[in-house]
Amino acid sequence: MEIELLAFGIAKDIFGNGIQKITVTYKCSIKDLKQELISKYPKFQDLASFAIAVNSEYQADDFVLSVKDEIAIIPPVSGG
Amino acid sequence: MSEVKLNEEELLRYARHLSIPEFGIDSQLRLKNASVLVVGAGGLGCPLLLYLAAAGVGKIGIVDFDLVEESNLQRQILYTVFDLGKSKAEIASHKLKALNPNVDIVVHPVRLTVENALDIFKDYDVIADGTDNFPTRYLVNDACVLLDKVNVFASIFRFDGQASVFNFKFEDGSRGPNYRDMFPKPPPPDLVPNCAEGGVLGVLPGIMGSIQATEVIKVITGIGSPLAGRLFLLDASNFQTRNLKIKKNPNTKIVKLINYEEFCGQTAKVKTSNKQVKEISVKDLEILKQGHSKFQLIDVREAFEYEISNLEGELIPLKEIKEAVDRIKKDRKVIIYCKSGSRSAKAIEQLESLFPFDNLYNLRGGILAFAKEVDSSLRIY
Repeated sequence: MEIELLAFGIAKDIFGNGIQKITVTYKCSIKDLKQELISKYPKFQDLASFAIAVNSEYQADDFVLSVKDEIAIIPPVSGG
Repeated sequence: MSEVKLNEEELLRYARHLSIPEFGIDSQLRLKNASVLVVGAGGLGCPLLLYLAAAGVGKIGIVDFDLVEESNLQRQILYTVFDLGKSKAEIASHKLKALNPNVDIVVHPVRLTVENALDIFKDYDVIADGTDNFPTRYLVNDACVLLDKVNVFASIFRFDGQASVFNFKFEDGSRGPNYRDMFPKPPPPDLVPNCAEGGVLGVLPGIMGSIQATEVIKVITGIGSPLAGRLFLLDASNFQTRNLKIKKNPNTKIVKLINYEEFCGQTAKVKTSNKQVKEISVKDLEILKQGHSKFQLIDVREAFEYEISNLEGELIPLKEIKEAVDRIKKDRKVIIYCKSGSRSAKAIEQLESLFPFDNLYNLRGGILAFAKEVDSSLRIY
């Protein structure tokens, strides 16, 4: 299934775009999504430090995605 | 609440607060009785301090060991050209006292460390985190959790801002999520640039620091619902905002302060190699420059930095270095430098992982070290 990712901060640089479509398997978990992203974009290899929110709610690795979910990738920023 | 009263000057000064029905004298007195520690008097800290002092927070602590630099003036609105080279905490204290003499300002002109954090934090009701690096962010977070303090958080990068109220105490006594529930592990050091490397829109900390001030006032007065259990995200370039729900992660355990430099550096898996790049000191570079042996000097900073000051190296910005490999000599020593030595080390790692170079040397400490140890007339930024 095709899902849409919203990228924030440095994730936008990695995609080269704020919104990115990606094809994943049916019943894909956040953990699967992370693996898919790492294989497509090696720079995501430390995705453990990025937060993933589904429908405006932070979700852990075992959460299963559906096709209409809004998925946001939120890297931490440190500036002050 | 009634042992401290507002004097006549304060009644006039805070008139616009007092006439808000939800605010009134009670909230103003709560502010007067409260103490807030602002960690970092930089881009976020400046507006935060100004609004907290103007609002009449009784005691404000400022932690910052930095001196005012020219590159701060684009966003750190407490400082002017007259303050260059002076202590940020001292200057801030001076200006805040002039803004509101009713406020007690306490200056902590030190670097926040594992050794002093708990001792500094313990005397304040609320902590506001406006620091500029991951190790200190985790330190502030953990110290707040250990001491049961609310951590009013904001963070910025380029056009992006994040804010939240961490470790908030709800009416039932339970504590809201903290930074580690959202970001259990820090990113590898190479992945997320800081503002010095990646840049930041000057007005962005103005917006986010003001949001922090709003949340501090709400936490103290109990007005409205604070940004607890939520992370506010702003992308100022497209004006997109998001309010994400966050929750406590049962795996988050904070039992004591740890070595945060190590914690934030240890996960550096993206480092292309484990072997150290070869280095040269700034003094040895100066000797080379005076001598006759041939060498090539390469500057991997951005063009605007080169304009500010340079060591007469060839300019090849880090992001173009792989494509410009033909310009790098193979028959002599090649010394690569940047501002501090970190980008040049990355350049060498990239080049050595892709091409068979064995003649690349990193200038240890970069331009900053050169200015300090060899040529004090060199402009630093």
